[in-house]
Amino acid sequence: MKILVLISNVPDTTTKIRFTGDNTAFDDSGVQWIINPWDELALTRAVELKEAGGVDKITVANVGEKSTEATLRKALAVGADDAIRIDTTANDAFYVAAQLAEVAKDYDLILAGIEASDYNGNAVGGMLAEMLDFNSVSAVSGIELEESNFKITREVDGGSQVISIGGPLVAIVQKGIAKEPRIPAMRGIMMARKKPLSTKEPVEGVNKTQMISFELPPPKTACKLIDEENANEVITLLHEEAKVL
Amino acid sequence: MRLLLFSMKKLRFFSKTIIKSRKMSILVYTENWDGKFKNLSFELVSYAHAIAKEINSTVTAVSLGKVTDDELLKLGKYGATKVLNVDDERFNSIDNRATAKAISSAAKSENSSIVIFANNNVGKAIAPRTAIKLDAGLVSGVTSLPLSMNPFVVKKKVFTSKAIANVQINSDTKVITLAQNSYDIIDVGQSATIETFDPGIDDADFSTSVIETNKVSGKVLLSDAEIVVSGGRGMKSGDNWGGLEELADLLGAGLACSRPVSDEGWRSHSEHVGQTGVMIAPNLYFAFGISGAIQHLGGVSSSKVIVAVNKDPEAPIFEAADYGIVGDVNVVIPKFIEAVKAL
Repeated sequence: MKILVLISNVPDTTTKIRFTGDNTAFDDSGVQWIINPWDELALTRAVELKEAGGVDKITVANVGEKSTEATLRKALAVGADDAIRIDTTANDAFYVAAQLAEVAKDYDLILAGIEASDYNGNAVGGMLAEMLDFNSVSAVSGIELEESNFKITREVDGGSQVISIGGPLVAIVQKGIAKEPRIPAMRGIMMARKKPLSTKEPVEGVNKTQMISFELPPPKTACKLIDEENANEVITLLHEEAKVL
Repeated sequence: MRLLLFSMKKLRFFSKTIIKSRKMSILVYTENWDGKFKNLSFELVSYAHAIAKEINSTVTAVSLGKVTDDELLKLGKYGATKVLNVDDERFNSIDNRATAKAISSAAKSENSSIVIFANNNVGKAIAPRTAIKLDAGLVSGVTSLPLSMNPFVVKKKVFTSKAIANVQINSDTKVITLAQNSYDIIDVGQSATIETFDPGIDDADFSTSVIETNKVSGKVLLSDAEIVVSGGRGMKSGDNWGGLEELADLLGAGLACSRPVSDEGWRSHSEHVGQTGVMIAPNLYFAFGISGAIQHLGGVSSSKVIVAVNKDPEAPIFEAADYGIVGDVNVVIPKFIEAVKAL
């Protein structure tokens, strides 16, 4: 069993979001980069599965420039065995999925985070599955290996569902897949330096979408405060002013 | 030679006009929950209708699974002219592969230039596979009508709602998922024709076998609720939920909670709203005893109106709220209940 974990390199979630070039590009000056939080949970679960036995290898893969290698090294420190970086700019889900398809076709289980915290695309995992004609399952909050199948818990409207599905499988994972993201230990960080990180040239492909400009959300109007004893006035305001009741 | 070139150009022009003149439609995947369409599905149809008017096109809805004719006809009210009904109970549980195949086959048969999903768990699962089948660009979490049709540009939230991007789709066919509460549900008084549709799905297209389902049914579906009543750590104990339940019942609202509440086991995890729980965007969100950690706000900040009740005047929830009371939830909740009854 070989597992591939897709890694997005994203700004730290506390980053102040600014844009440059007349609001046409994200201003990455001074930004700390991290593993996309959902991908980090996916990787943690992959490492847990390997520790429990039955997994031969965990590979992490990323589409991005050389600057994203620090994030791949972090993934190696968490417990991946090797890393692949496809050397091109990731601008569009279709293009990124086409790049990853070249790598992913040799794996039994591919884990992708339900979305990336930067452009919130939640598309690459599903696209990849369709390109490779693999099964896919989304909103996955639990995954167990069985003899010839995967036992998956997924979130559905109003609750959850346990299903059985065959491989090769793309599992798009969310909260619950692992309790807490695993923090690399010193030993892991030392070992990560020696683990293989290879670079691949991109295959030809087109961007089917492009971000043409950005803006910041309009400032929120101030909260209207009402005294506790006149609490019922809130209901009147919701009815007459906000018109939502 | 020159003449030949000219005529070839002419031919190409001619064939292009023929393709263009084939009627294009907008396809909407209208999901149901236990046989009833979600509010979200009506929102999608209304949204699609607005685009259709703009480009002189029509809206076709596709419904998978068991839904009564009365329910299917409702889609017409909001602007669908045709409903493709795939009355096949194999679709009662979601299978990414088969569902994407069915919707793509509907899109092809309808010659759809735009395919619209909800940006929920189902839409997020199916839209990417459908986009590949249709060789289409995909934008997920769209929050506006297209700013322009040619080029096709829409708005979406990025950086977990900290910014907005204008995104252009360059492919001929476009797939989008619409964020909840981005468009009003408008009754346009149209009526739809219902057609039985066979998407040509074999048993082999279904890859999922369900072992067990744990879901609450019959209650208001949290992700689809127009009003949500939510409690946090300030409720002090799971035994204190009676007032919230009564208020929710009166308002027809969904019940929710913050992460500490579900972690403590006061309420079920399925009620946890926030960035790591259920993401919601109702018309009205009540936050009782919720401080408003950034992860919580990330999952509820798209609500149209937020009401916060908290003892701590410094609680960050007040920065996100439209109406606030600095006070005791045990005093405020009964007053809200009385005021709602008096409406």
